[in-house]
Amino acid sequence: MADITKSPWIMHYDASSCNGCDIEVLACLTPLYDVERFGIINTGNPKHADILLITGSVNTQNQEVVKQLYEQMPEPKVVVAIGICACNGGVFKECYNVLGGVDKVIPVDVYVPGCAARPQSIVDGVVKGLGVLKEKREAMKKKA
Amino acid sequence: MANMTFIWAVVGVVAYIILAPFVGGLLAGFDRKFTAHMQGRKGPPVLQPFFDVSKLLKKEITVVNKGQRFLVVCFLLFIVITGCLFFAGLDLLMCFFALTTAAIFLVLAAYSAHSAYSHMGAQRELLQMLCYEPIILLIAVGFYVATDSFAVTGILHGTVSPIVWLPLLFIAFVMILPAKLGKSPFDISTSHHAHQEIVKGVTTELAGGNLAMVEIAHWYEDVFLLGVIFLFIANMNHWWTIILGVIVCLVVYFIQTLIDNTCARVKWNEMLRFTWLVAIALGVTNVILVYYLR
Ligand code: SF4
Repeated sequence: MADITKSPWIMHYDASSCNGCDIEVLACLTPLYDVERFGIINTGNPKHADILLITGSVNTQNQEVVKQLYEQMPEPKVVVAIGICACNGGVFKECYNVLGGVDKVIPVDVYVPGCAARPQSIVDGVVKGLGVLKEKREAMKKKA
Repeated sequence: MANMTFIWAVVGVVAYIILAPFVGGLLAGFDRKFTAHMQGRKGPPVLQPFFDVSKLLKKEITVVNKGQRFLVVCFLLFIVITGCLFFAGLDLLMCFFALTTAAIFLVLAAYSAHSAYSHMGAQRELLQMLCYEPIILLIAVGFYVATDSFAVTGILHGTVSPIVWLPLLFIAFVMILPAKLGKSPFDISTSHHAHQEIVKGVTTELAGGNLAMVEIAHWYEDVFLLGVIFLFIANMNHWWTIILGVIVCLVVYFIQTLIDNTCARVKWNEMLRFTWLVAIALGVTNVILVYYLR
């Protein structure tokens, strides 16, 4: 049987990004970077996703949404925070409605810095996430 | 003689149950490869569909309700039955009824979840059925008027290839095939591509192993549909029609990929208008002509 890391399906959520990082995430799907080479699919459905890519900081309005998306994803799952905003709030950190990085609300496995994060580093982050995904799968197997 | 037919039927069924998922999965893999190349990308490995399903089987199963899993199992089961009936050389009408029942189970599975997207997908699937079911029935009728038989073996042992009598019906079938294969322009209930305006339509609420079952069912279904294409061409009295049949199947599948990549998804009313005004008109004309000319 093939390894679980050979088919990572991704869901992308824009928390409160300036859209800079989102454009870079979408750039990964273009012919130049073509992440489908690695079996990566950009699905819009948390129930089908293995990896949650979040761009932008979490704010008071969408923290529930982020939590819910995370909860709807079946195990094993990995969260990758894209861009400095998702890592710790970035330039929006001081805003009255911003809680900070994604890890204020859900556990984050991989942090991809940059403003905006480059497609190369996003792909790199996802590949790092695959390692975590595998570990979680092993842990799941032991538990079962 | 009767014994021989029985042996062939068993061989057909066993071969279908064992080989169809591999053939269907490989076809899906090549489909993704071709799609990627048409878009100027490199694309995933050909075996990617198998990787996907094997991953889905390893995921945690989150079921929204107990009934859903049962309905999905029924969907898979009835698709397999459809193919078995077909490859055993039995009645074509029975195959198509089993196929419709299978589709209904998928719709019920989608309706069983309290999800707006899933419901919307189910409604659209019903609309799709409204579009392709008449053609499917016409095919059974067409084969009968062309070869005097509803049985697959009978059709295969006719005097000529059915395509000689049923060219328009063949075209009509190719026209509605995108609806069955989940390809543009008729992939309104669920698309085999990742992103869609209604999330994932009928499969939105299916996760892990349940989704894997739906995928496998689609592989079985694809092989059955190509089998119907093959039936249009093949005739046991002329061995070369068998090779031609396989080639035509592959060409039709490639054309479906091409259409998928060059067409946008249409609205449901356009789909209905096109299939009823063009495809069904073609099919009915063909059947009436054969009925009077033959
Ligand atoms: S890290 Fe920069 S580009 Fe990305 S969302 Fe924040 S401000 Fe925008």
